[in-house]
Amino acid sequence: MGLTITEKILREHTQDKKGVAGEFILADIDKCLANDITAPIAIKIFEEIIKGTEKTLFNSESIILTPDHFTPNKDVESAEQCKILKTFAHKYNISNYFETGRVGIEHCLIPEKGLVAPGDLFIGADSHTCTYGALGAFATGVGSTDLGVAIATGKCWFKIPETIKFIYSGKLNKWVSGKDLILYTIGQIGVDGATYKAMEFTGEIIQNLSMANRFTMCNMAIEAGAKNGIIVPDKTTESYLHKSGIKNYKMYESDFDAEYEDIIEFDCNSIEPQVAYPHLPENTKPISEVYNEKIHIDQIIIGSCTNGRLEDLRIAASILKNHNINSNLRCIIIPCTQDIYLKALRKGYIEVFLKSGAIVSTPTCGPCLGGHMGILAAKEKALSTTNRNFLGRMGHIESEIYLSNPAIAAASAISGYITSPAYI
Amino acid sequence: MNGVIIKYSQNNINTDLIIPARYLNKSDPEHLAKHCLEDLDSKFHKKKKAINANILVAGSNFGSGSSREQAPLSLKAAGIKCIIAPSFARIFFRNSINIGLLIIEFEDIAKFSNGDNIEIKLKRSMIKNYSTGNKFKIKRIPSFLTEIISAGGLVNFARKKILEN
Repeated sequence: MGLTITEKILREHTQDKKGVAGEFILADIDKCLANDITAPIAIKIFEEIIKGTEKTLFNSESIILTPDHFTPNKDVESAEQCKILKTFAHKYNISNYFETGRVGIEHCLIPEKGLVAPGDLFIGADSHTCTYGALGAFATGVGSTDLGVAIATGKCWFKIPETIKFIYSGKLNKWVSGKDLILYTIGQIGVDGATYKAMEFTGEIIQNLSMANRFTMCNMAIEAGAKNGIIVPDKTTESYLHKSGIKNYKMYESDFDAEYEDIIEFDCNSIEPQVAYPHLPENTKPISEVYNEKIHIDQIIIGSCTNGRLEDLRIAASILKNHNINSNLRCIIIPCTQDIYLKALRKGYIEVFLKSGAIVSTPTCGPCLGGHMGILAAKEKALSTTNRNFLGRMGHIESEIYLSNPAIAAASAISGYITSPAYI
Repeated sequence: MNGVIIKYSQNNINTDLIIPARYLNKSDPEHLAKHCLEDLDSKFHKKKKAINANILVAGSNFGSGSSREQAPLSLKAAGIKCIIAPSFARIFFRNSINIGLLIIEFEDIAKFSNGDNIEIKLKRSMIKNYSTGNKFKIKRIPSFLTEIISAGGLVNFARKKILEN
């Protein structure tokens, strides 16, 4: 019996190169990531572990620190947490520490900087670390204790996951993106439909999908409870790696006779842009139904590790050009990284956004988790290109979040209610 | 271990409900404990204190969402010693194991009510509900995990391994 790409990467990172789905392993880690919320606890754990020993970091080059959640520091407490990261980075000569001004939203920044490659075993103390599966890496979110132990020992424990294979066939309809495919998938299988499992995205649609869309799909694997999302690397991956200057990597693929826990096929001809209703990403409806409800919105967010890449901003700009943001709402646009921000500026997208009446923020996770830069009042409704619409996540506990792709968000910013560019 | 149950039956109690992100600008356990489950039930602490509860029983997919370890830490700091639910989100599951917070997967949570006095016998994979007189079998926890739990969490486990080498 053959192996899945997930099984292959994980067993390659063990000492005896053995193990199949269902088995526990102690694996060697290539890269570890933590942010301003998760690193302070991880650093404390690390210090506790090495106390009284001669040990230090297992490898300072493998550690990445991205203060991106409550930055630029929103209050004194956040500033204190960020200071812990900075002090630690200086003490241990961690070159991959990104200060405000160089930091971006971690899951966009890390692939952009070439810090993750196909075949890597990457853990991050952030649930959306699963994003990098789009490059054919095994990447998964862990907690601060896992991270503290990993930076001390270079190791992390795992149960090798069973894989659910998703096959996307047919043709993509206009305005349908990777975001819609993943929302549709979560709508079908539920928010715990892939708990503890690997989600492997395959099929002709995936083969023709851009890297930005692949990142979006793998990013939201966690919203179905998955351990990782993964796409077998191909020419699109290689061309992306070439641009980011990544040269050393190992491309794995699943064997033809690999064992899957389930195989689920979707015909994309019938998939429309999707909107997830409050308060779970599984509450999806196609835009043609949503449009009839005329749901009025108070705030639009276009950004986040899910949908703040250049391609997302290009789509938003193409819709907002020569239009005004509806006077009843505020539209906040957040490029994911400084590089994306600069490229958007050069391409004229930023000017389009400012002229339309949107605001453009420096890269931050900010509003996605109700941190800052766009908090909702009681009874307010947001339409957001982010990944979670949990109760109270973006602000007041009586506020509501709808999720969509950037095209739906931009069109709705003009009309004031949830709509599609197709209806404008 | 013995304990008293406080129960929230709904499914998908996520990490934003366990500890909202607005409180993550500080990570000391007392601060986290104070705001634990605040957005799910603002009277959580009051109710818990009234029945002296230390075991949380909840619906499926408990702890979904963010990887924030502050979620199990806040529950532990609030005096919760064990969580029983039909299923757990995976990062919450590993975080709990890592910090030495006992979590038990048990499908039929209807067998437990607020205020029930129970005993968990891990070695015998059994729960006894003294309030109803019933006994239940629970799934065996894999030995790889009991090794971490019995070391008192992953930090002690890792220290032991490091010192051994």
